[in-house]
Amino acid sequence: MFTLTAILVDGTIYASWLFIVAAGLTLVYGVMRILNLAHGSLYAVGAYTAASAITWYLSAGHAPAGSYLVLLAAALAAGTVTGLLIERGVLRLMYGRDEVVMILVTYAVLLILEDVIKLIWGVESYSAYQPYQLLGRLQFGPMTFANYDLALIAVAAAVAIAMWWTLNRTRRGKLLLVVIHDREMSAALGIDVTRVFVVTFLIGGVLGAAAGALTAPVVSVVPGIGVEVIVLAFAVVVIGGLGSVQGALVGSLIVGIARAAAVHLLPEVELFVIYGVMCLVLAVRPAGLFARPAARKI
Amino acid sequence: MKGNKAMHIGLALGAVVAAAAAPVPAVAQDYKLGLVTFLSGGAAGPFGIPARNAGELIVDAINAGKVPAPYASKGIAGRTIQPVWVDEAGGPSKQVTEYRALVQKQGVDAVIGYISSGDCLALAPVTEELKKLTIFFDCGTPRVFEERPYTYLFRTGPTALMDSLGAARYILAQNPGVAKVNGINQNYAWGQDSWNDFIASLQKLKPGVQVGTSQMPKIFAGQYSAEISALQLQNAAFIHSSFWGGDMESFVQQGRARGLLDKQVAILTTGETAMFRIPEQIPEGTVIGGRGPYGVFAPDNALNKWFREQYFNRFNTWPTYPSYKMAQAILGLKAAAEKAMAKNPKPAEADVIAALEHLSFEAPSGTVKMAIGKGHQAVQEMVYGRFKLQGGKPAIVNVVRYPAECVNPPDGVTSEQWIKQGFPGAKCN
Repeated sequence: MFTLTAILVDGTIYASWLFIVAAGLTLVYGVMRILNLAHGSLYAVGAYTAASAITWYLSAGHAPAGSYLVLLAAALAAGTVTGLLIERGVLRLMYGRDEVVMILVTYAVLLILEDVIKLIWGVESYSAYQPYQLLGRLQFGPMTFANYDLALIAVAAAVAIAMWWTLNRTRRGKLLLVVIHDREMSAALGIDVTRVFVVTFLIGGVLGAAAGALTAPVVSVVPGIGVEVIVLAFAVVVIGGLGSVQGALVGSLIVGIARAAAVHLLPEVELFVIYGVMCLVLAVRPAGLFARPAARKI
Repeated sequence: MKGNKAMHIGLALGAVVAAAAAPVPAVAQDYKLGLVTFLSGGAAGPFGIPARNAGELIVDAINAGKVPAPYASKGIAGRTIQPVWVDEAGGPSKQVTEYRALVQKQGVDAVIGYISSGDCLALAPVTEELKKLTIFFDCGTPRVFEERPYTYLFRTGPTALMDSLGAARYILAQNPGVAKVNGINQNYAWGQDSWNDFIASLQKLKPGVQVGTSQMPKIFAGQYSAEISALQLQNAAFIHSSFWGGDMESFVQQGRARGLLDKQVAILTTGETAMFRIPEQIPEGTVIGGRGPYGVFAPDNALNKWFREQYFNRFNTWPTYPSYKMAQAILGLKAAAEKAMAKNPKPAEADVIAALEHLSFEAPSGTVKMAIGKGHQAVQEMVYGRFKLQGGKPAIVNVVRYPAECVNPPDGVTSEQWIKQGFPGAKCN
């Protein structure tokens, strides 16, 4: 009974974190057809910025409760600045190139930003644990859960609802869906596709940075943190179907629960299970669970 | 005409490539020393950079003749050390390529390096193939010299067996009634070997000790929510962990926040690197190791006093165990070269190798004995203690020192055999 509860709770917590990371990645792919490997760098920049900002804020003697606002502000600033730099500085010069070329371009950006991060923050680890511990913990039988982790589930749910609402219930969201469906036709109908690209990349960037910022109080922020996460996020969006937000949500849940089940029932296969699930899904649905059928253009 | 131009360009490029590929001999009086450590990636902060700092400090001091006795003479066998630094990041395949480049293109006289056990296992046969004096300074896997003998390869740091066996002896001394332990270690050679040696040693020393759960998350996972729940469901006296760097700090942060480490005592076999970084996060009573007599566990000798003072003055932080191990690798090479000078004033590589075999030399960590692996593998004492904040400052109490012969197998006996046989010949008093 405790084991089952632990699998569900731990799996959902992990899935929430994965979804926040993967949502931005899949949104950018859906709209721009760019598999943005530099999303890992946005995550890392968000984590480093939040860790530094929280440390600075608390060392100045401010109220600890305010650190959550600092965290959000850091995510917004890091995602906006880095996202703009990548989109305006590099990607806009490459639009229209083959998807494979764009993967290589974003991989190059990832490598460059890894070094930029080292230049700014060095190779030492950064720790900003206070917001994680401030919320306390919840006792459940022999187990305890950090309230911060439980709050992460609420944050992920809010992100999912906000994305669904924006895409399906607002005019701007519907314009975005039109661009996702057919970029050329959208441009022909007068939609400013370039502007949509900029806005989408910024939203994706902020989501990536927010995932990093929300993770900063939980982990020790170290070099390479962005490279580690992009592999997981990639597995999630591939399972869900590239470009599908609901696919990212379901993919995160599948990976999260599968990993938690492995940890509790068969720890030896924890490393294998994520990619095992990915292979299984791709064997049945090669384009992922929620991939849209591609319309044939004449 | 176009064909001629293309041919000329081709010849020119060929000449450039050939020139780049040709070995560059060191200036006759210089001793060209390849130094390899993590300069980027997750292992750079806790291990690579402290090791590089120590390397720079010791090389500069040796070249200036400012290391205290017995290392007061300048250079290695009178030759000024010319360091060539290489980043260890990138995995074993890349390191094999980098090593070949150091030996065949750079023409180094010797190589000192390698933190990752995976890199060491991949490089060991290559050192013999290229016939180049190589010293592993940090990697811990006992397998290197247990699987086959080497001529050109040495390791001046002890193996990881003594971390695991020392931890088992320590917790049995501290809590003789221990009945169950948990484990959380990284899922690669280091983590697997550490846990297997620890639990095998513990169960040999006290038959019947049970394993609650052994968690093996991916290296650099960072998030351990599910693992912590699994550990909480298996209430045990101790949690063994050979986590290092950011993974260790993340686990301590999360385990502390969830109350895990208040109920189960963590054994952090590399905890010494974190005790000054996150002292407020480490619960009092946590068992701390430092992979040998390094850092806070180092002996009170003149070399150590000099090393700590110089290191702090230059880098504004105290040296941790990777710093000590890099320092003693370079000092070991110098000691061997100078011993070889007794026979040959200008010792060749073979003379230095012969001198380094079975050598005992002094280091900031005390006496290092190249006692096993047919004289190619060092042994040292192992030290464990418990973390305590004294007046707000991190300190270690309940320190127990285990002699080298208590935690290392005799020469010719593998770690696995020694554990299975119940540690015959161990001298612990």
